[in-house]
Amino acid sequence: MSVLVFIDTRGEKVAKAALEALAYGRKVAASSGSTVTAVTFGDAPAEKLGALDANKVIVARAAKTVDGQQLTKLVAAVAQSESAQVIIFNQDNLGKAVAPRLAARLKAGQVAGAITLPDTTSGFRVKRNVFSGKAQAWVEITTPVKVISIMPNSIAVEAGPGGAAVEEFSGDLGAARITVKEMRKAGSGIPLPEAEIVVSAGRGMKGPENWGMVEELAKELHAATACSRPVADMHWRPHNEHVGQTGIAIRPNCYIAIGISGAIQHLAGVNQSKVIAVINKDPEAPFFKAADYGIVGDAFEILPKLIEAAKKLNAER
Amino acid sequence: MKILVPISQVPDTTARIAFKDNNTAYDGNGVTWIVNPYDEWYALVRALELKEAQGGTVTTVTVGGADVEATIRKALAIGADEAVRIDTRPNDAFEVAEQIAAYAKDKGFELILCGKETIDHNGGQVGAMLAELLDMPYLPVVSKLDVSGSTATAECDVRGGVEVAEVALPVVIGCAKGMAEQRIPNMRGIMAARTKPLSVIPAATVMSTARTVAFELPPTKQACKMIPAEEAGKLIELLHTEAKVI
Ligand SMILES: Cc1cc2nc3c(=O)[nH]c(=O)nc-3n(C[C@H](O)[C@H](O)[C@H](O)COP(=O)(O)OP(=O)(O)OC[C@H]3O[C@@H](n4cnc5c(N)ncnc54)[C@H](O)[C@@H]3O)c2cc1C
Ligand SMILES: Nc1ncnc2c1ncn2[C@@H]1O[C@H](COP(=O)(O)O)[C@@H](O)[C@H]1O
Repeated sequence: MSVLVFIDTRGEKVAKAALEALAYGRKVAASSGSTVTAVTFGDAPAEKLGALDANKVIVARAAKTVDGQQLTKLVAAVAQSESAQVIIFNQDNLGKAVAPRLAARLKAGQVAGAITLPDTTSGFRVKRNVFSGKAQAWVEITTPVKVISIMPNSIAVEAGPGGAAVEEFSGDLGAARITVKEMRKAGSGIPLPEAEIVVSAGRGMKGPENWGMVEELAKELHAATACSRPVADMHWRPHNEHVGQTGIAIRPNCYIAIGISGAIQHLAGVNQSKVIAVINKDPEAPFFKAADYGIVGDAFEILPKLIEAAKKLNAER
Repeated sequence: MKILVPISQVPDTTARIAFKDNNTAYDGNGVTWIVNPYDEWYALVRALELKEAQGGTVTTVTVGGADVEATIRKALAIGADEAVRIDTRPNDAFEVAEQIAAYAKDKGFELILCGKETIDHNGGQVGAMLAELLDMPYLPVVSKLDVSGSTATAECDVRGGVEVAEVALPVVIGCAKGMAEQRIPNMRGIMAARTKPLSVIPAATVMSTARTVAFELPPTKQACKMIPAEEAGKLIELLHTEAKVI
């Protein structure tokens, strides 16, 4: 019996999402007395895979890109050979291409967007976000094999001992049906859904030419940048920065909102942030009701002060 | 081209979120229902654009009770040719996917455009499950889609950027922002929608794999701590020393 963890090991470093999935897998395995097997694909060197916090790592070298059908076959085959009871994914764009497919293939129940570990006191229940973060739901999986896709920032990453045994997968995955023609890298570095600190700005910034200050503050705080929907709609910022009910839902430790009114659809995507700080010139802005810290004032005067304070903090630490 | 657009009905984005029956069910009392924004703004509109440019038909399918028909008519008013309602109230995403798969399997749809997720369930599951059941490729978060002959080219949001992928039809796509611009139904569309076919078909027998047992509302926030504008820099200090989040 084992817990499977499907992770992305492409790229230079092991992504935080992968470490979170492994940490989640470790906890599930510990509570059920089983082992953790990581499943991955691509070219990551064996030393990198061996350093992962898993008992075993199975890597499919033949799968080079994200083809949901190939990767589903891979995980299904490993699930069978390892007698997996619980299979963990990240609820990200890779996880979304594979986890629900696998669940359908195995006729296994899936919790998509889990924010807690399973509660097994009565049945097998996992809490997840619903109504775009305006509420949560306990979902019970009623099948023997369980698929869980976890939200970013749902579990603390712990450094494990490493020392995983690395095996290459030799089964047949069929031909890839999806061909990647081109990859366009996004700018800043920290992917918004995984960021622990987010600096976000809205229409109060008046125009795209004023985002320099927002970016500077984000850089000083090692934060990702985000924006409200109208800002993305007017193409002041790229659409993948749009957070909220119809954009990306995020749950960073710290969300700093500048010149954003705090409409219900915006709050839906960000209200699970651990701490929210709001800067708005209107003391009646609804966002203050959802905030932990607030400053009433003009963003154009406040931002330079925040940047200065952040620089000072960086110099001290 | 034969295009299928699975459409879900969701509470309006400003709707009150409350639960009933001992927190086991959403309380839809007095709520305005809308077409899931991703399904309407992106999937349906892109389907119509492709049809307008290349010919074909756009069919919507919804798994739900009779109460979803007003919402389905809105999709017809925007321009879908016909609508299908599969008559059952699903308990989870897999049931929805099984129902749609049972309907679609021998209809020859070349393109199935789902939303990237519903704004009430937020699973992002149905499209991928449907693709698996129909043995089709699936791309989860697509912000641009073109079809030329029997090949689709899609810009997919992936970790760290955008991937341009090519895939042969048939394919299932999760539609996201960027793919199209919202269309407001006009009077003619609304009139025409009244007489467009909306067929109701019985549900297939499907398997249940998961169910929601209880809902919770998040705890309410403490009062906001205000910092005077002149001392704005103090915010950074407090986030560091008091909240310990930076
Ligand atoms: C179906 C639907 C879905 C939606 N989904 C989303 C979503 O996912 N995400 C989202 O963000 N929105 C969404 N919206 C839009 C939402 O309702 C709001 O219109 C939007 O969030 C407002 O953006 P904003 O706060 O940037 O702009 P505004 O509402 O215009 O607010 C600007 C704020 O900046 C303040 N301000 C102005 N000048 C300054 C200054 N110099 N210094 C400091 N503060 C200043 C103002 O006091 C004001 O509070 C959705 C709407 C609908 C109908
Ligand atoms: N009840 C339903 N009927 C038809 N299509 C649905 C239904 N529920 C979800 N879908 C489709 O599946 C997509 C993803 O839904 P979800 O997995 O719930 O996030 C939606 O955007 C719709 O296109």
